[in-house]
Amino acid sequence: MTALAALIRRDIRIALRVGGGALIGVLFFLTVTVLMPFALGPDLALLTRLGPSILWLGALLASLLTLDRLFTSDHEDGSLDLIVMGRMPLELACAAKALAHWLAAGLPLILATPVLGLMLNLDATATSAVALTLLVGTPALTFIGMIGAALAVTLHRGGLLLAVLVLPLSIPVLIFGVAASQAAISGPLPFGTPFSILCAISLVSFVIGPFAAAASLRHGLD
Amino acid sequence: MTLIDLANPTKFLSLTGRILPWLAGATAILLMIGFYQAAMAPDDYQQGATVKIMFIHVPNAWLSMFVWGVMSLAALGTLVWRHPLADVAAKAAAPIGAAFTFLALVTGSLWGRPMWGTYWQWDARLTSVLILFLMYLGLIALWRAVDDPSRAARAAAILTLVGALNLPIIKFSVDWWNTLHQPASVLRMGGSTLDRAFLIPLLVMAVGFSLLFVTLHLAAMRNEILRRRVRSLQIMQASQQAA
Repeated sequence: MTALAALIRRDIRIALRVGGGALIGVLFFLTVTVLMPFALGPDLALLTRLGPSILWLGALLASLLTLDRLFTSDHEDGSLDLIVMGRMPLELACAAKALAHWLAAGLPLILATPVLGLMLNLDATATSAVALTLLVGTPALTFIGMIGAALAVTLHRGGLLLAVLVLPLSIPVLIFGVAASQAAISGPLPFGTPFSILCAISLVSFVIGPFAAAASLRHGLD
Repeated sequence: MTLIDLANPTKFLSLTGRILPWLAGATAILLMIGFYQAAMAPDDYQQGATVKIMFIHVPNAWLSMFVWGVMSLAALGTLVWRHPLADVAAKAAAPIGAAFTFLALVTGSLWGRPMWGTYWQWDARLTSVLILFLMYLGLIALWRAVDDPSRAARAAAILTLVGALNLPIIKFSVDWWNTLHQPASVLRMGGSTLDRAFLIPLLVMAVGFSLLFVTLHLAAMRNEILRRRVRSLQIMQASQQAA
């Protein structure tokens, strides 16, 4: 248990320090959201209507952007080999790394949501709905994306390949995240239905992600 | 003759070398019968002659999912049993599956033009087949990203299995998304029970296209085995020259 906590603490510390790059995700999220009015026009009514979708898309791309860091830096300095050979089950270690990555890179996105919601003219209900769905949905993005990150690190190819592999798998999260936000704002559906399916998808990804990532690391590293 | 015996590529090559001409012949005969029956099938009272696109569209759509199933079995073979031919089978199946999926999309879109008045409709089935196509392309990109075949095989096997687990979830979410966003006016094919005049040619075509897949798959596996032999010979030659 202490080893697990130590791994999480270490990963968060590295991510937040100079060269960690966890906060680049938030900056990207902010920039994408600022770009949207330039593409769509400064019509506040339109931005209000599209706001939840814009925020969800921005958060999806931002969490994809930082995923590359999940295993590559550890692979480069050799600590990934130590983790693979260590006594802690690799599945557990992968889950811990993903959790740490989400705390360092995913949570700031949710904290930034209220500010970005103001810029998109969302009211308090809409902003809190988006923030709540992001809080439940972004862990799923991290845990699904971890599979792609693990594959990419074993292949020594990151970046673009990771995006191509992970984006189709994250479609369900996007669908139910946006649907739940829209349901809370305008209805007609009850908020609970898509929201509980979103929770279910997150729970499923907590199971699939660590096992697939661990299998990929175990088979792929040499 | 069990699966283990086929682990020897030479045995596999000689066996498939004997089987392939018969398979190809059976495929050609079945497809010819199927095309003839499809051409002779009566026009639909609503859709007219365009209903005949179905005889090509539906088998392709079936195979697009079936091939992912074949690749998942092969992926299990790679990861669990380390069967030497499993990754050859998985690699050979991916482009064929992508081709079937692409044909299903194209024929569906050509069918949609006279029926729905548009080439593309964000219909639930079309959308999930499009996502399946994207996943095939991602898998092929993964195969092509690495030059070491066995390393690529294990990564591709994991992605194939994750995809197999996720495809039902994606299908379900797209269905849900579609019923939420689309008005209920979208025309749905099938629905009513299919008449015998359509059903029999359709079944013949489905069996014919499945045989076509088996034939192409075995041929592609043979090519892949030979390609790997050429590769290792070239590496041997290069290292001899270097020495």
